[in-house]
Amino acid sequence: MFDSLSDKLQSALKKLRGYGKLTEKNVSDALREVRLALLEADVNYKVAKDFIERTKQKALGQEVLNSVSPGQQIVKIVHDELVALMGGTGEDPMMPKLASGHWMMVGLHGCGKTTTCGKFARLMAKQGRKPLLVACDVYRPAAMDQLETLGKQIQIPVFLMRGEKDVTRICRQALSSAQAQGRDTLVFDTAGRLHIDEELVQELVRMRDLLKPQEILLVADAATGQESVNIATHFDKALGITGVVLTKLDGDARGGAALSIRAVTGKPIRFAGVGEKLDDLEAFHAERMAGRILGMGDVVGLVEKAQEAFDAKKAAEFQRKIEEQSLDLEDFLAQLQQLKKMGPMENLLGMLPGMSKMPDLAEGDGQLKRVEAIVQSMTRQERRQPEILNASRRARIARGSGTTVAEVNDLLKQFNAMKKMMKEMGKMQKAFARKGGLPRLTR
Amino acid sequence: MNLFQKFRDGLKKTSTKLATEIKRIITRSPRLDADALDELEAALVASDIGIGTATDIVARVKETGSPDVFAIARTEIERELSNVGAALAPRPPASPTVILLAGVNGTGKTTSTAKLAHWLKSQGHTVLLAACDTFRAAAIEQLKIWAGRVGCDIIDGQYGADSAAIAFDALEAAIKRNADYLLIDTAGRLHTKANLMEEMKKMRRVLHKRLPDAPHEVLLVLDGTTGTNALHQAREFHNTLGITGLIVTKLDGTAKGGIVVAIARELKIPVKFIGLGEQVDDLQPFDPKSFAKALFTANEIQESP
Repeated sequence: MFDSLSDKLQSALKKLRGYGKLTEKNVSDALREVRLALLEADVNYKVAKDFIERTKQKALGQEVLNSVSPGQQIVKIVHDELVALMGGTGEDPMMPKLASGHWMMVGLHGCGKTTTCGKFARLMAKQGRKPLLVACDVYRPAAMDQLETLGKQIQIPVFLMRGEKDVTRICRQALSSAQAQGRDTLVFDTAGRLHIDEELVQELVRMRDLLKPQEILLVADAATGQESVNIATHFDKALGITGVVLTKLDGDARGGAALSIRAVTGKPIRFAGVGEKLDDLEAFHAERMAGRILGMGDVVGLVEKAQEAFDAKKAAEFQRKIEEQSLDLEDFLAQLQQLKKMGPMENLLGMLPGMSKMPDLAEGDGQLKRVEAIVQSMTRQERRQPEILNASRRARIARGSGTTVAEVNDLLKQFNAMKKMMKEMGKMQKAFARKGGLPRLTR
Repeated sequence: MNLFQKFRDGLKKTSTKLATEIKRIITRSPRLDADALDELEAALVASDIGIGTATDIVARVKETGSPDVFAIARTEIERELSNVGAALAPRPPASPTVILLAGVNGTGKTTSTAKLAHWLKSQGHTVLLAACDTFRAAAIEQLKIWAGRVGCDIIDGQYGADSAAIAFDALEAAIKRNADYLLIDTAGRLHTKANLMEEMKKMRRVLHKRLPDAPHEVLLVLDGTTGTNALHQAREFHNTLGITGLIVTKLDGTAKGGIVVAIARELKIPVKFIGLGEQVDDLQPFDPKSFAKALFTANEIQESP
């Protein structure tokens, strides 16, 4: 997510970091690069201009020129401004309890409305609501089938009237059907439409007037270009949207759209679609996102995810073993299994600072399975004392795990390398502790 | 309606907005000082044509000192776009021409497949469709409905099935039935998902195995409202699959469409078709000249609201 922007900003800010003190010219030069980076990231050019103005005002203030570490100071200013631009602080970062009533999803073609409807319905059901999906896309071939299939997957009823072209009629029928079935939350999937197509936008207005929805969410693709501002403005003017769902954030779109939409409409980005699976919906987190943009990595996010999945006791045990450097293959296996609970590797690695630059790590999932198979084919004694693994034991393990001896060897090599790395990390931690720790930027 | 008109109507919003903006800048400061040039650059960037091209145009304007920004921009963009050929590869004499359509989620692959089938049929060819999106719910039904509308046969499989296997079967069928074209619709995938990109590679390999020069075309379907990320998409898909051309969709509603220029400039991949509307015949072969002209036409301003 936002990787390219972070890379750009990082390189722009690196130039700043080099100086002991900041002159006005230095700040201007760096901010010029930030502006270009923002433009290349599809931030609307007016928004980018304002952003640079605001940041410059602050950067040229006394606090920067007199501060001990000007580079860090300006990183913080840019970060804070980014946070402000994307919705500011104070918004609840956790997934909120979703309101009952009527939800409308609107947006352009192919931005992910139908999938997002499925994700919301699933979440609502998890939160104890009784959702009903309503198929109101009467234009795209098989759109209703798509929603029906999604509904089956997540076991949530779908209301549809095949062949009916009058959307308001579908809505009316859906309302009475919901009442009869005792469903308390209705999610209306609408057809994709161009914001400039007056006729189709009026259809949405009629829907809104009939349904009086609690929520009208604009679904927007994170990769949207300069047009994002027009899209958001048009839909907002016509319907009065209550928020934005930014989709396809698992791609590498720089996501300037997020910044512009919020800045121009004032409507919050509230949710983020982060994958193809129906669980891949998150609350949008401005601070976290800004940290990411600046290349600090989404460390907070990783920690949160880890806390959900990790057994605290096991983690403490693991931490102790790292410190004592007495890690064996059994711990390694436990660790792998914990890791798997946290979701696909590529999502996790993207959260780590610097990892965005490492290609092909996404292939880790399949690799993980093989590694697990290898370790599981070892005896308990072998896991505890990997030193005893001689050639015949290795051959047996390879057979048992359906791998090759070479792969077993590789794993052992990696395990030893990891042990070595942990030693290094232990040293590094101590070094950082001496320097007073890494700069804290998120919150 | 001739082609230029169709382009111009489709891109009207782009050109009017851009033209108004440019005209405003020139009228205000006809001598084009540094500030005006900065603004000009921003206006050009806002049309998604890419920073590189925008900078080039501004540099040309500065160099010549001529205020006819429109003429300069047109020439510059036409040059960028005509560096790359734009027609479909010529048909091999005996076997079917295999066209693979790829792209990220929601760019309009299925719709474009249908529109392309319609276009090829209107040129007198026989077309077979292959529904290889076995992931997205109802994607197969969607293409089936289109096949019925367009009037061509379709090969499909089960959801969750190996898309490469379906592609292979479809190619078998295309050869047996002596079809002129086989269009393969694939599941949308983000270019950052390594495993899904591998799946595309496999599909390519399997086709190649059955018919050595297949696929003859790999067309990347891009959403015209996408910003600079379209470049990343094109680059990644190109590295994985060797893209032979682009289909740029949804250009009827966007105020931009300029991303086409950035891609031609950076990757030298030609745009082969553009989708200008929601009708089945709204997919048109791309013509750089008409496009450049439609994008930068000064006299559009008077007509605009």
